[in-house]
Amino acid sequence: MIYREAGEFKTSYVDDGQTFPIRFDRLGYYVTLAVAFLVIPFMVNDYWVNAIFLPFLIYAIAAIGLNILVGYCGQVSLGTGGFMAVGAYSVYKLMTAFPDINIFFHVIIAGAITAAVGVLFGLPSLRIKGFYLAVATLAAQFFLVWLFNRVPWFYNYSASGQISAPERTVFGIPVTGAETQPWAVYLFCLVFLVGSALIARNLTRGSTGRRWMAIRDMDIAAEIIGVNPLTAKLTAFAASSFFVGVAGALFFAVYLGAVEVGEAFGISKSFLVLFMIIIGGLGSIFGSFAGAAFLVLLPVALKVVGADMFGWPTDTVAHLQLVIVGALIVTFLVLEPHGLAQLWRVTKEKLRLWPFPH
Amino acid sequence: MLDATEGYTTADGRKIGGVVMEMKNITLRFGGVTAIQDISFDIREGEIRAIIGPNGAGKSSMLNVISGFYVPQEGEVWFRGARRPQMRPYQVAQQGIARTFQNIALFEGMSVLDNVMTGRLTEMKASIWTQALWKGPAEREEVANREIAEKVIDFLEIQHIRKTPVSRLPYGLKKRVELARALASEPKLLLLDEPMAGMNVEEKEDMSRFILDVNDEFGTTIALIEHDMGVVMDLSDRVVVMDYGKKIGDGSPDEVRNNQAVIDAYLGVAHD
Repeated sequence: MIYREAGEFKTSYVDDGQTFPIRFDRLGYYVTLAVAFLVIPFMVNDYWVNAIFLPFLIYAIAAIGLNILVGYCGQVSLGTGGFMAVGAYSVYKLMTAFPDINIFFHVIIAGAITAAVGVLFGLPSLRIKGFYLAVATLAAQFFLVWLFNRVPWFYNYSASGQISAPERTVFGIPVTGAETQPWAVYLFCLVFLVGSALIARNLTRGSTGRRWMAIRDMDIAAEIIGVNPLTAKLTAFAASSFFVGVAGALFFAVYLGAVEVGEAFGISKSFLVLFMIIIGGLGSIFGSFAGAAFLVLLPVALKVVGADMFGWPTDTVAHLQLVIVGALIVTFLVLEPHGLAQLWRVTKEKLRLWPFPH
Repeated sequence: MLDATEGYTTADGRKIGGVVMEMKNITLRFGGVTAIQDISFDIREGEIRAIIGPNGAGKSSMLNVISGFYVPQEGEVWFRGARRPQMRPYQVAQQGIARTFQNIALFEGMSVLDNVMTGRLTEMKASIWTQALWKGPAEREEVANREIAEKVIDFLEIQHIRKTPVSRLPYGLKKRVELARALASEPKLLLLDEPMAGMNVEEKEDMSRFILDVNDEFGTTIALIEHDMGVVMDLSDRVVVMDYGKKIGDGSPDEVRNNQAVIDAYLGVAHD
């Protein structure tokens, strides 16, 4: 009854093409933004930020990036962890080499460097697709991790082989290093997430997005109607890697602070982000959010329920989490290949008519 | 024979212009199989040109040569007065040649509107940076192209399904959406590969009407492959007949109908 589109008439193509065509959705979007920017920063403490908000915000950026490549352009990638590592090491090198430049720009430049690396590893996609491409990107994953482990220049010849983020500030407020405030790092990552989501939405709604989706749905027909497969695939790799690189940079600099590449950006990270977009919904920006939220909240929820309420041993809970995630992936692939985003769409379709059956 | 620049007038009084596309001595081989053997013909401005022939005659291969999907071993393709160098299919599309497929090749994951809008992609040039911002050049370009796409949608009477995902549509409508996608690019030459395959009589009549209307309203030059002889003879101005990769007839529907080689190809010849 409240959620409806009857009576809303679009009189221009601009109105018709907006992201949230239904007024209620639009309202919900503004409220969410307002809460995220104006309410949550005043309520969060250290635990909330480190256990839930930071991982969610950062993984959501990575999921948006991977969704562009896999969900929109149909090019399977298992190299997400490696590309996040490129972002992390780029921002580390930039932070230590140019300490006077604001970290905000470092993160963006790190994304751009990752985009270039992504294009490089995207070149095989012009010749191979599907499983074979997945294996080629897997090679990127292992090669990049090996590279950052073996070439001391990348970790500034530190004895431990780790990289750790020095303190950097935005408007005089530290966002990296040991002295950070929860609300500051939260807002810093939130700005990047909102920016990423807006850019990703804009790219996917217009001609670039249609080129990607045409390649995904039928590459031969796409070429016949005038899509250059080379530029379409490589722009998808570039845009995707940019967001993944930004996520990697934030993951290292803001969230972890110190990183050992094999541990933080191993193959399991690639799969984690891939699971997020499969569960959340391929080819959907909202799905990237939903999947990231789901996989970040699941361990926390299981810990609260299992360990705190029932008093189970923590390793049991950790194993249970793996079982549940695995089962969920199979369930989603079988029952709802379009993920949480599709469930959300179906719910909205139903809500439009509710409480009437037709 | 007709001169390359001078046109002719059809039986129903339409003026046909000069040569748009000319195939000169095209030969296409796949390994040891010769799919097309030394075929030449032209397509003229504003006409409806049919390519017919029994199964396996090489008609679809011919269309694939025109749309740049196959590269012939011998022969030249001339388009709008210039010899066409070897091109990738997307470059051919950018030159203004659009096509539909024998087996529908729509983008199943996208809505009807998005599918039709993909037909405008050759004209959409806003850079990826302006698109990331959206407001400004990208949005203006989107709206301008949306208007053209909507004209085609109106023309083909598919307004009611514009937001429907293509995968939900029945066969006949999918064929129409595919035509809409090809038309949206405002092609100089439109290639239709069996536009009426698998349709019932009413759907065929609808499709025939759309093809004639397209030709009439936009003056689009059309080359089509079709098996339904009644449709071909009614629609087309001139017909090329192929058999086993060779051209066995070329002319107006009446000339072709009375051509002994064509009759033999379709009905068979007694071997004694």
